[in-house]
Amino acid sequence: MANTQGTTGLVGWIDERFPLTKTIREHLTEYYAPKNFNFWYYFGSLALLVLILQILTGIWLTMNYKPSAEEAFSSVEYIMRDVNWGWLIRYMHSTGASFFFLVVYLHMFRALIYGSYKKPRELLWLIGVVIFVVLMAEAFMGYLLPWGQMSYWGAQVIISLFSAIPGIGDSLTLWIRGDYVISDATLNRFFALHVIALPLVLVGLVFVHIVALHAVGSNNPDGVDIKKVKGPDGKPLDGIPFHPYYTVKDLVGVVVFLIFFSVVVFFAPEMGGFFLEPPNFDPADPMKTPAHIAPVWYFTPFYAILRAVPDKLGGVIAMGGAIVILFFLPWLDRSPVRSIRYRGFAFKAVLTLFVASFLILGYLGALPPSPGRTALSQICTVIYFAFFAVLPILPWFEKTKPVPERVT
Amino acid sequence: MKKILIALAFLVLPGLSLAAGPGYPLLTAPIDPRNDASLQRGAQLYVNYCMGCHSLEHQRFNRMARDIGLTDEQVQDNLIFTGAKVGDTMQNAMPKAEARGWFGVAPPDLSLIARSRGVNYLYTYMLTFYEDPSRPFGANNAAFPNAGMPHVLWDLQGMQRAIFETQTDAEGNETTVVTGFELAQPGSMTQPQYREAMADLVNFLSYVGEPYYLERQRIGVWVILFLGLALVVFYLLKKEYWKDVH
Repeated sequence: MANTQGTTGLVGWIDERFPLTKTIREHLTEYYAPKNFNFWYYFGSLALLVLILQILTGIWLTMNYKPSAEEAFSSVEYIMRDVNWGWLIRYMHSTGASFFFLVVYLHMFRALIYGSYKKPRELLWLIGVVIFVVLMAEAFMGYLLPWGQMSYWGAQVIISLFSAIPGIGDSLTLWIRGDYVISDATLNRFFALHVIALPLVLVGLVFVHIVALHAVGSNNPDGVDIKKVKGPDGKPLDGIPFHPYYTVKDLVGVVVFLIFFSVVVFFAPEMGGFFLEPPNFDPADPMKTPAHIAPVWYFTPFYAILRAVPDKLGGVIAMGGAIVILFFLPWLDRSPVRSIRYRGFAFKAVLTLFVASFLILGYLGALPPSPGRTALSQICTVIYFAFFAVLPILPWFEKTKPVPERVT
Repeated sequence: MKKILIALAFLVLPGLSLAAGPGYPLLTAPIDPRNDASLQRGAQLYVNYCMGCHSLEHQRFNRMARDIGLTDEQVQDNLIFTGAKVGDTMQNAMPKAEARGWFGVAPPDLSLIARSRGVNYLYTYMLTFYEDPSRPFGANNAAFPNAGMPHVLWDLQGMQRAIFETQTDAEGNETTVVTGFELAQPGSMTQPQYREAMADLVNFLSYVGEPYYLERQRIGVWVILFLGLALVVFYLLKKEYWKDVH
């Protein structure tokens, strides 16, 4: 029995009722990706891998975790000690959280250096930033669940930020917590959001992200449009089918990633106190504030921006603004040249400053404040925002190189 | 420049160290998680001197037996003083509310103390008790000033007297710090013996903090060897497929 895809047998039977072969062709075997992907192009598939790892380890953790203020801390230790392979599942999940951000930050940096957010990929970038925001919420809520000291006080500090909003601030924080302090009620709703609501949203957004990518096609390190130059068969000359070429290439990336991941999981799951903070091995105690409250490393750049502004509301606005401004990037960068390879010194300079300020902010956000550190984080905050402010006027000063017709 | 940026990103993360507060400089605990004899001596010290006040509510007796080279019978006969069964967790009978009245703070459970404070802190803490008549139990601690805990091991270590020094910081504030100790009254152990005993005790607490520590390292070696092999296979596969891409 033949159909439009020319398949027969069982697959043919399915293809008459469901676009199986069509989907595989459109998204894998006949999806043409530029042939010049480099190191930076591994992190998209790796982010998907970490998402899957987090969902799987999360399901198994949920089987023994107890979302109550009374039992949460003990149930985590029960998983670590009495559940078969529980320590491995839990360390994979806690290490996975940090690696998720590491991979996503590198994925975003890739977009930055190769102009992957530019027309026609603005929407792809916007969906990506929404994923980033949801991921931050997911990580923040997940961090409360072990119910350690840092879980508790970190959540206390971050949720109290909402009280800075004029007028509705106090009722808003009360509504979020479900209590006047972080309590059992907060833990229960964070658990619900962490294991059901936000993962569903994440998976949906990732799906949409990939659909959007396949609609416009992948960018590449040269920033050239491979669809412009097609062979007589209508296929891009510089494109190769995603499967098998990039599936086998990404598999190499996956194994290298898993090696780094396993080194941390098996030999340094605390990562010197940065993936699992020492105070979080003390159970949450509402009566005892830790000497120094710092968020996990992936939030520290934004935390440093928050602390850089002396005013509480101002700090909250700056921190929120640091994330919101990412949405405007496609329209702030007006240069017609995508890739950093053909952009001028001016862009390379401001991008270097931007990345340096972000890293320094991350470093400062992990440390207790001091006058010198606050001054430095203020300078870095200004540089962070200045990057976005100068992007629109950059083309006036920037001498770009000619972009080739084909990939190099 | 790109390479420098990547290098920076990877350098900065692990290079960060957590800020330590002021206090007595930390000693380095000479512990060895593979030394079963040391762990057994540590367990013995713990159940004799510590467990009356400090439970290990996440640690099971029989898990401990298996991990540090003892049989269930040895543990039942020598390390369990209550009616506890060998499969139970290492609890004690101290009522928390009353303990708060006796010590000002309920003695914390120590299952994870080595992970939250670090082994060097514990080792330093156990070695820096000194005579201080102003404290309720006659002893103070240099690593944890005004600790609520009495010097439980004084009959082993003896009682030491602190040597103080007044220091002036850059802003002209004067602080009195402990710079050393002298033995005022000897105990049943010599000082080297006591230090060794405390290393055993800290070694045991370090084990209790992460009983699967050795297991995860042993498995980790195999996992990484397997991945190394997989890397070779997948790399060759990739190379084969990409031969025709120019």
